[in-house]
Amino acid sequence: MSRNLFLFGGVAVLFLLTGLMASWNQSLYILNISLVFALMSLGVNMQWGYAGLFNTGVMGFAALGGLAVALTAAPPVAAAWQAGGLGVLGGLILGAAILGLAVVLYRRMAPGRSRTLALLVVLIGGFFLFRAVFDPAVTAVEAINPSVSGNLGGLGLPLLFAWPLGGLLAAAAAWAIGKTALGLRSDYLAIATLGIAEIVVAVMKNEDWLARGVKMVNLSERPWPVPFEVDLQRTAWFTDMAANWGFDPVTGSSIFVKLCYTALIAVVLVSIVFLSERALNSPWGRMMRAIRDNEISAAAMGKDVTRRHLHVFILGSAVIGVAGAIFVSMDGILNPGTYQPLRFTFLIWVMVIVGGSGNNWGAVLGALLIGWLYLIVEQVGPNIMGAITAGLPEGALKAHLVDSAQHMRLLTLGVILLLVLRFSPRGLLPEK
Amino acid sequence: MAEPFLIGEAMTGGYGGADILHSCTIAVEKGEIAVIVGPNGAGKSTAMKAVFGMLRLREGRVRLAGEDITALSPQDRVAKGMGFVPQTHNIFGSMTVEENLEMGAFIRRDDFADTMTQVYDLFPILKQKRHQPAGELSGGQRQQVAVGRALMTQPSVLMLDEPTAGVSPIVMDELFDRIIEVARSGISILMVEQNARQALDIADKGYVLVQGANRFTDTGRALLADPEVRRSFLGG
Amino acid sequence: MDILNALVAFLNFVFVPGLTYGAQLALGALGVTLIYGILRFSNFAHGDTMAFGTMVTILFTWWFQSMGISFGVLPTALLALPFGIAVTAALVLGTDRAVYRFYRKQKAAPTILVIVSMGVMFVMNGIVRLIIGVEDQNFADGGRFLISAGDFKKMTGLSEGLAIKGSQAVTVITAVVVVAFLFWFLQKTRTGKSMRAFSDNEDLALLSGINPDRVVQVTWILAAALATIAGVLYGLDKSFKPFTYFQLLLPIFAAAIVGGLGSPLGAIAGGFVIAFSEVMLTYAWKKVVTYLVPDSLAPDGLLQLMSTDYKFAVSFAILIIVLLFMPTGLFKGKSF
Repeated sequence: MSRNLFLFGGVAVLFLLTGLMASWNQSLYILNISLVFALMSLGVNMQWGYAGLFNTGVMGFAALGGLAVALTAAPPVAAAWQAGGLGVLGGLILGAAILGLAVVLYRRMAPGRSRTLALLVVLIGGFFLFRAVFDPAVTAVEAINPSVSGNLGGLGLPLLFAWPLGGLLAAAAAWAIGKTALGLRSDYLAIATLGIAEIVVAVMKNEDWLARGVKMVNLSERPWPVPFEVDLQRTAWFTDMAANWGFDPVTGSSIFVKLCYTALIAVVLVSIVFLSERALNSPWGRMMRAIRDNEISAAAMGKDVTRRHLHVFILGSAVIGVAGAIFVSMDGILNPGTYQPLRFTFLIWVMVIVGGSGNNWGAVLGALLIGWLYLIVEQVGPNIMGAITAGLPEGALKAHLVDSAQHMRLLTLGVILLLVLRFSPRGLLPEK
Repeated sequence: MAEPFLIGEAMTGGYGGADILHSCTIAVEKGEIAVIVGPNGAGKSTAMKAVFGMLRLREGRVRLAGEDITALSPQDRVAKGMGFVPQTHNIFGSMTVEENLEMGAFIRRDDFADTMTQVYDLFPILKQKRHQPAGELSGGQRQQVAVGRALMTQPSVLMLDEPTAGVSPIVMDELFDRIIEVARSGISILMVEQNARQALDIADKGYVLVQGANRFTDTGRALLADPEVRRSFLGG
Repeated sequence: MDILNALVAFLNFVFVPGLTYGAQLALGALGVTLIYGILRFSNFAHGDTMAFGTMVTILFTWWFQSMGISFGVLPTALLALPFGIAVTAALVLGTDRAVYRFYRKQKAAPTILVIVSMGVMFVMNGIVRLIIGVEDQNFADGGRFLISAGDFKKMTGLSEGLAIKGSQAVTVITAVVVVAFLFWFLQKTRTGKSMRAFSDNEDLALLSGINPDRVVQVTWILAAALATIAGVLYGLDKSFKPFTYFQLLLPIFAAAIVGGLGSPLGAIAGGFVIAFSEVMLTYAWKKVVTYLVPDSLAPDGLLQLMSTDYKFAVSFAILIIVLLFMPTGLFKGKSF
């Protein structure tokens, strides 16, 4: 226990130092993002630490969470709904129905040429039917005032609704992927999740009717779960309080809002840790670990391994989806271009492995530590590199070296991952 | 009496956990057939693997032609002239019969065409099917490929782990005939057999193991005649 | 005439690009499948190995170009290729020694090796970005076209042109040579056969005196060569950008799995299946169809089944179909 306290204390000192030496705003910014990363790490840890499932699609599930924010909180675009809302929805339902029909046919008909033929007819005919309903509706929607909307908009609900919805979307995607790839060779899941992540992001980039694609949904008008900075700056009690603490109102309001987020995320984080600790120590959790440690004997004992894996895969992905939703609601912008596998998938993996796979607190610790490292280098790396290369003459080489700071980060992460795997495979806080 | 050609003497050891072999001795003379029989779990295969160096011995020595080879790895023992045919997964299923034999001769840098001809003479069916993937052959033919592969190094001792497991009685008889033929060419045979009666029938020497220790050791004929052996291990 | 025009349009926009892309994917998938067959894990660092090899080749190409060395009508990169392969082979052998060997001795589970390869991917990615940056690099030179569209029209009098880029011809010919060499190597040489034996039955291979370290080394060298060649051909044909190479992982793995992981023949077939599906599903067929049907039936739309932005979805969909219906792939994977 003292080891845990010591390590968490060390990480706390890092954030305190950042606050004292740089700014509290920056420190809190890094802390909040790291806490979101910690949530994602918890999700990955459920999948990998409890069940040994290798999910390389963290990015996709997080992006689905982000999408949920735009779909929930953005105000609906009435004109677009009138122009093609029904068509788009109808098209999607039709598409799902066609897939459903194909599945039913596949299950009901006897294997053979007639089944293949029927499936082909349903799928190919269905595809054209789907396009015939869906395409005109999309064109109509995207034609409505494309410079500010061009999408259907969201439901205009309070932002907090987006968080569970993000979890639901991610869970649905996880169900579909898990159904196909679980129960096969373990690396197939890795490749399938890598694929689904790319596709989720591609859809978000290109389907403008959904969330404006790369034109981005900007939620500056969104219903916030925490007060607005500008409103705070106009409230008397707040400006007084900021003055008392020695902050100017702008910085103060920014810090205050960040603290509110810290509190909100902390509540989510603590409840998820609590729930998953409970789950881990329940018969369900023990069975999960038994399956992870010896799949064959667990299967021989009559456990439906694939089904259990599917459960935990969905749960973990849902947590990642919630985290993705929180991430976007903090930013206020859904920008599909920012979803990069290195940052959203592999970074999380480094956090889990470094922190200690199989240990929830380890995942949190790893996320805070690696998140701090990653973000601090992002912020101060170029400055440090600039200072190091200050003596060099201006020119291509210097510019290249200053630029290289962010690439060093990847390299360093890779080296850290390899070193931990090799010399301390159980991580900083090993599984109990 | 002079020392046997190959002997695993007073072998004690197991796969890391508890000992499986307890001071077990197995030996075979030049050009003779020795057979290890015994009930399930008696450590028959383990004893043979110990002779071949596939498990670490806590006590006991293995000597080949007088030389102590206890410390050698299985690969090094192959180079010393021991051939081993595992019970399962004993062929390269995706490779042709001929390629299987070539792989058997992998450690030889000289021309092994003669040896291959000898193997084909011993197992004519293999010559017929030499360009077929070994995995497509019947069970008995696959065993022939497995034995042929092990013969390609021109071993002085051939060790067979239950060569007749899962083949029909007719194929079994044929396989035993071939094994006798191999022994006649001067190669010592050490084999573990489930079909104790038939195996002892062709054996010069028989070892009955029980719980990792020698229970009876005699010529094959004598063991077959021994009423106690018959009653306990040969089903009457 | 219109049928000929339609055929030429098909060749120009579908067949030639599909063939080229398929050859590039096939070479990439061969590397993945070899590693899988021998070392028994899915190497996530393969895309970045391709990027690394291409980067080294580009650096040598630039150096050669600066010294005025050229390869005539062929791209200078082909001259630089052997150097790129050598450096990449050295890197992956070093990686194996420093990283993978430890886990092999431990007989670690494949998933662990996949995660390890992810770490290696990070490092390689970092090295590539550090040295050459993240931007697009163009390094193609030599003859631009084997046949240009204009020449073709003049020669044949058709209204559709068939253009074959120099890089496309180089890709296909190089791929044929490389694949022929690889198959000769695997089928006919002692080392190649020992690799197949090792892949088929590791224990028996060890028993037969096959040196596992040597098999592993040769495998890494082949994988490095295949990755570098695939990467350079892709870069010549399109352009070099590190992130694109990472993204190639998906179609490459899809190709390897469709063909059956561990099966070289499957990797090649898989590469072409993925490439042609991708090109055919994202091509706007309007042009071809317009030639084939009477004017009155001419299509209004583009007749594009899927936007090119979704080309990854094609590999993915094929991958899912294969996983659902024949998890061992077309050629029954895990052995060659």
